[in-house]
Amino acid sequence: MTVSEQTRFDINDVWQWLDAVPDPEIPVVSVIDLGIVRDVRFEDEQLVVTITPTYSGCPAMQVIEDNILEALRENGVDDARLDVQLSPAWTTDWMSERGKENLRGYGIAPPGESAGTQVIDISRITRSGRNVLPQTCPHCGSKHTERVSEFGSTPCKALHRCLDCAEPFDYFKPF
Amino acid sequence: MEEARYEYLLQLGDSDLILGQRLAALCGHGPALEEDIAMSNVALDLIGQARFWLSYAAEIKGGDADEDTLAFLRDAPAYRNVLLVEQPNGDYGHTIVRQCFYDVWHFFVLQALMQSTDTRIADIAAKSIKEVQYHVERSGDWVVRLGDGTEESHRRTQAAVDKLWRYTGELFRSSEAEQALVEAGIAVDVATLYEPWRAHMQALFEEATLELPGDQPMQCGGKHGEHTEHLGYVLAEMQHLQRSYPGARW
Repeated sequence: MTVSEQTRFDINDVWQWLDAVPDPEIPVVSVIDLGIVRDVRFEDEQLVVTITPTYSGCPAMQVIEDNILEALRENGVDDARLDVQLSPAWTTDWMSERGKENLRGYGIAPPGESAGTQVIDISRITRSGRNVLPQTCPHCGSKHTERVSEFGSTPCKALHRCLDCAEPFDYFKPF
Repeated sequence: MEEARYEYLLQLGDSDLILGQRLAALCGHGPALEEDIAMSNVALDLIGQARFWLSYAAEIKGGDADEDTLAFLRDAPAYRNVLLVEQPNGDYGHTIVRQCFYDVWHFFVLQALMQSTDTRIADIAAKSIKEVQYHVERSGDWVVRLGDGTEESHRRTQAAVDKLWRYTGELFRSSEAEQALVEAGIAVDVATLYEPWRAHMQALFEEATLELPGDQPMQCGGKHGEHTEHLGYVLAEMQHLQRSYPGARW
């Protein structure tokens, strides 16, 4: 293979193709918006995409991996490999602003700042757990809301309820 | 050393896997919809974490081993999980107390393993602990709500504590494999986790108006493959498909 053939794929194009791969459970955000694609590079002729899993047990991850490879094939990349990288662990802080806006439009309250690299601490567990800040209702914009459950319809979401418009809504947990 | 590392990874992975399987059995049977979902979420986290540990174990073992052969083709004596996680779900107080004992221990183990000299172990621990923090909050919250709830919920939760306490000693006793790895900075010396674990339980139980049991003989053996009779039933269900249709794929 000649050098020109090796470089017939522009890395920037690859990022764009991946940006068209949606999260299978929340199709308004792409895998790029989610921040799980950490690196795209060529190793000789093979395209290597490095991704970081969201939650360890997220059932969507396998589908996401398949869809990424499928998107690459559709764009003519036959020789591609996915590397899974655990460290640094995925955080919702890597989610794009556009992704957060799209979540809101879809009826899911986007995540606030995560604790990031702060030391995780369980020493102050009390009856109510951590302080739960009221989230803005993605339907009516009210801040008069409450948490129903820390665990929602997918591992990444908590279930909240608006006390003004009475609608339940998902909150993408800071993680 | 590789043999010890393999054994240790099985210990970590098997405990996550068996507890995940136990919790998954409650899917559709939770006492409330939110609880049903929460329990399934925790089960998924644990099974996902088990996959990381068992995949690493399989790489060390080599040959045809992978996470699936380790999960589905080993018999009970080859399992290295602690006895606590294979205990039946019982009533909800029982389920929650078992979870709380495990979650808090799990948190301290992972916190220590983030400093493991084996960077792959450290990476898996750093990834998992973010999820386990949620588990700790949830099970602790329920212990307080049930313990300091009605007379009936208090009675049942205290009964669960008294029944399951005998399985907590094993959490803080190292296997030979662990001891070899502690010296190399790969594994955590679980004996050092007892004080922080007990202190956490004490504070939690005070709020829950529950009593910590006194000293008593502890049941051990899971890390060496000596299990209670319950594990066989868990495996029979979990492994049914691969045992009946060897090599079946999704």
